[in-house]
Amino acid sequence: MQRIVVERSGGVPVTKRAHVGAVASGNLEVLCEPPAEARATIVVSTSVDGFEPVWRATLERFLERYPIAAAIEINDFGATPAMVSLRLEQALELAR
Amino acid sequence: MTPTALRRSYVESTSRERIAALADPGSFREILDPFARCSSPYLAEQGVVAQRDDGVVVGRALLGGRDVAAVAVDGRFLGGSIGEIGGAKIARVLERARDGAFLLLDTGGIRLQEANLGLLAIAEICDAIVALRERAPVVAVVAGRVGCYGGMSVAAALCSQIIMSPVGRFGLNGPEVVEQEAGIEELDARDRPAIWQATGGVRRVGQGHADVLVEDDLDELARALRDAFRASPNRERLSLERLRNRFAQEAPR
Repeated sequence: MQRIVVERSGGVPVTKRAHVGAVASGNLEVLCEPPAEARATIVVSTSVDGFEPVWRATLERFLERYPIAAAIEINDFGATPAMVSLRLEQALELAR
Repeated sequence: MTPTALRRSYVESTSRERIAALADPGSFREILDPFARCSSPYLAEQGVVAQRDDGVVVGRALLGGRDVAAVAVDGRFLGGSIGEIGGAKIARVLERARDGAFLLLDTGGIRLQEANLGLLAIAEICDAIVALRERAPVVAVVAGRVGCYGGMSVAAALCSQIIMSPVGRFGLNGPEVVEQEAGIEELDARDRPAIWQATGGVRRVGQGHADVLVEDDLDELARALRDAFRASPNRERLSLERLRNRFAQEAPR
């Protein structure tokens, strides 16, 4: 199990909470909340070790595309980067 | 020609969508949602990522105007297994239920990573069901992909009524356990037709182990659930004598 944290300051805060997905095979759970301060914080717990560069690339691309401020928690059970991006967009759609 | 309305599938819905679709519209209030972050403290130290609701959704809802407890086990997370936290959520909401409860069970039973704590939790759940059913209906729905096995099959059997769909499976030991314990001659756990033939919804309702069979359709399930609450006949209680009779009838000689 590995923990990865990605942060970026600034951005437009999300206004609502959103919860999508599940900790199930090839899937992930995303909890998205309005942030305490104007920054995006994504904390990942993943069951698959050794993919930190892929996680960083995926999450940084997401934050580049959507410059939001939010507290995001990801609980992952071996999701692919495509699945991760889809879940994040799904959460964002519900949270803004 | 009017277009045929698409069925809303129970199997394809999430736990929260299932409760929302079955309860009176807009009435469900979740207790300890994922943002309460009541997840299992035992999984991380075993290298397993925890889900923030511990795979269990509980709350209060109205069902045909009755104030009931709503429970749904999420079969996607660790096979819908019951650990200390998820089990406690179910037991507490059943203990506080007013006019009955419905349980959407998609569970393999006890969570092996939490062993005895899961066992204790299921004992508490069984206790709460028996106490509640004396004064109000407690209805189980077994219609998900995982089915209902292990300790939670005992909990389901204690309910006033059990509603199943052909997708649902219901038995004490899951197929893999039977194969491991009794040998592949007894049951090949990869033989899906054999598994459904022995433990599927059609068979279980035919045998009288479950009460109502409905299609994999949320609207149909919602109607069946309301009917079960209206009729509320406590199914014939599990008793040793009844089990002996049934065994005598069904066991191969």
